[in-house]
Amino acid sequence: MASILAVDDSASMRKMVAFTLKGAGYEVEEAVDGVDALTKAQIKKFDCIVTDVNMPNKDGIALIRDLRSLPDYKYIPMLMLTTESGIEKKQEGKAAGATGWIVKPFDPEQLLRTLKKVLG
Amino acid sequence: MSIDMSQFHQVFFEECFEGLDAMESGLLNLDTGDIDAEMINTIFRGAHSIKGGSGTFGFHDVADFTHVMETLLDEMRDGRRKVTQPAVDVLLGSVDCLRTMLTSIQEGESVDQAAVEKYKHALEVQLSGAAGGAPAPEQPSSRTEPEKADDEVVASEAYEMPEQGWKIAFCPYLDLLKTGNDPVRMFRELAELGDYSVSVNARDVPGLFELDPEECNLSWTLQIKGDISLQEVNEVFSWVEGDCELDIQPLTKPGKTVPAVKKIEPEPILPETGAAKTELDETEAKTGTGNPESIKQSIPQPDNDQTKSPKSSGSNSIRVDTAKIDALIDLVGEVVITQSMLGLISENFTMDQLEQLKRGLSQLERHTRDMQQSVMNIRMLPISFVFSRFPRLVHDISAKLGKKIELKLVGENTEVDKAVVELINDPLVHLIRNSLDHGIEMPADRLAEGKPETGTIELNAYHRGGHIVIEIIDDGRGLDRNKLIAKAVEKGLIAENSLLSDKQAFELIFMPGFSTAESITDISGRGVGMDVVRKNIQALGGNIEIISQLGKGTTISIHLPLTLAIIDGQSVAVGDEIYIVPLVSIIESINVTEKMLNKIAGKGEAFKLRNQYIPIIRMHEVFNVPPKDKSKPSEGVIVVVERQGALCGLFVDELLGPQQVVVKSLEANYRRVEGISGATILGDGSVALILDVPGLVRYSNRQTQLSSAA
Repeated sequence: MASILAVDDSASMRKMVAFTLKGAGYEVEEAVDGVDALTKAQIKKFDCIVTDVNMPNKDGIALIRDLRSLPDYKYIPMLMLTTESGIEKKQEGKAAGATGWIVKPFDPEQLLRTLKKVLG
Repeated sequence: MSIDMSQFHQVFFEECFEGLDAMESGLLNLDTGDIDAEMINTIFRGAHSIKGGSGTFGFHDVADFTHVMETLLDEMRDGRRKVTQPAVDVLLGSVDCLRTMLTSIQEGESVDQAAVEKYKHALEVQLSGAAGGAPAPEQPSSRTEPEKADDEVVASEAYEMPEQGWKIAFCPYLDLLKTGNDPVRMFRELAELGDYSVSVNARDVPGLFELDPEECNLSWTLQIKGDISLQEVNEVFSWVEGDCELDIQPLTKPGKTVPAVKKIEPEPILPETGAAKTELDETEAKTGTGNPESIKQSIPQPDNDQTKSPKSSGSNSIRVDTAKIDALIDLVGEVVITQSMLGLISENFTMDQLEQLKRGLSQLERHTRDMQQSVMNIRMLPISFVFSRFPRLVHDISAKLGKKIELKLVGENTEVDKAVVELINDPLVHLIRNSLDHGIEMPADRLAEGKPETGTIELNAYHRGGHIVIEIIDDGRGLDRNKLIAKAVEKGLIAENSLLSDKQAFELIFMPGFSTAESITDISGRGVGMDVVRKNIQALGGNIEIISQLGKGTTISIHLPLTLAIIDGQSVAVGDEIYIVPLVSIIESINVTEKMLNKIAGKGEAFKLRNQYIPIIRMHEVFNVPPKDKSKPSEGVIVVVERQGALCGLFVDELLGPQQVVVKSLEANYRRVEGISGATILGDGSVALILDVPGLVRYSNRQTQLSSAA
């Protein structure tokens, strides 16, 4: 089963995402911010990254940009969780290499549907 | 799959309260003048996370409220709005309001809508105010957004529904794959919508030598048949917008031509592509907040959940560093191994295995001790849990008093037992209020004294021995010993010509009914404060000391045990009884000779130790235990203990050895006994009393005075 790295500085959101994905049979690891995620992603290659945008230390967009530059993550789907309804953030994310986005608030079913979209 | 979201509520609430605390301290730092972008961002992030979480977990009132805060903070963050004191005050008020709101929700009480509306209104006033130049655009609240968007979707579906399906020309740019998107997955998604066919155009694929495998050189023409809305088709391609040329045409009946419904050009950010924007908004409504039915099903309504969770769950849970838990689990593993080893030995025990058995038992003992340490560690919290509330307190009160005060926090990470953390808050609040009110002078007075205009209060915490020391240091006017003595005489608390040391004079403020404040304010006490503070701290097994220099400032130090549950003790025998003396108060234990002993008329006995006379307390007499055979101090042992700097010798029969004891409350099981802080159960099942050294010394002094007066 695919392995997913869930990145969010908010513990409740992170747990919710991780719990939902685990429940659907994915293998999930959690990271608390961009820096943590970047370290974990280099230890192990994940099949998909789901990251929050607004985080301390390193935000989701910088994380996506950094990961994209790594050979291992060139084509890995990376989704950002965003509450920003404006298209600027999405464009910024896309420019950094994000595959797509999920707009908060979302429910577990939406999350799984979106993931199915990117995981073959 | 349906998931019970209520399982995340506890974490969510804790996180919210943490976020609110961070916002509060950030806001308090903001108003000191120096505006720093990172600080605003931190505050913004707090509001942002609460909004995101509350939306997801179904607390829409909270989400609505934080949305307004977030908008205001966002404008500040982008520099579109100046950070003004009124705005900061409204935000601080909103933080409080949000905290109350969350507490109510958590405890299953109804939210005070009037207060919420009041702050929401105040925030909106700030938002619409001209402070930042351009008035903020009126953003719809997140709750109404989806409904509105849904209407649009319905409306557009009504006339965009083709009869047969869609024809899609999809020509990705070379870089499409580099965003992690994959045409194959998109087609698969499309295939789920209806009957689909695809043809590939490979004419742009270069020769093998020029081919860059990381580029997408193919383009496709797709046909999809069925009852499918344009919305659904667009959604499949929504992530690759700007990375491809996309042309979606309705499949029409032969002979009938319909103009292109829509063509997405790259760079849809440009404002004139109004169509692209609407379309995006719709997508968002669909993926983000659409389908209210399913949300309702998966997220239990707050009301239901509230009745389930116990009321006080908040204060009874504790956040523990995973490393601490891991250490504990390791130890449990060790204990299990040792236990199975012992089990094996006992199965067929022969005397030659005695060594092995002893080794096993000593291992078990070591592990048990380590485990105890680990468990105690879990209960340890940094004192910042208490300290973090004070910047706000100081901010509010100094504003009220018109004083300028800076609060410094030192040693916030010093750890102390959770129970101590909870109980120390009120006494500290009281002491800080006192410093604010009576200690620090008005700015003008300070300048006249040649001091900096801004007064300083420092809260300092550190470990010393088995204690945590908390100091409250102010650079205010200090205590005037003559004034204190005069006041005490006036109140009839001491005799007129009493000779008091500075220390004794300062201690007067702890006497019941003593207050030096010239006027009683609503901020600090009415003369019922300090004695209660001292009583509370003593009840925690601690003590409080005061040092002051007139005109320079006052330092109040509180010494508290790190934990209330287990202490290191020395067991001593007195007659047939065993008492535990807390190890922290023992300086040394010695045998004395007759020559060292002195009787002092009216003041009991003392012995001379290194040129210092130390009073002796005969434990037999204090506790009325018949002595066995040792009736003279020279026959037994003197345990020298310290009590607030003064030494005292306890005469006991013999020392039995040091041990850790679990403190059982005497008050809870019997009643408070002077000179005794608790009881414990010894290895043989008997009960031993734990001495409260300061209390014991006080008690014994009083007895001596009584007997000498008689």
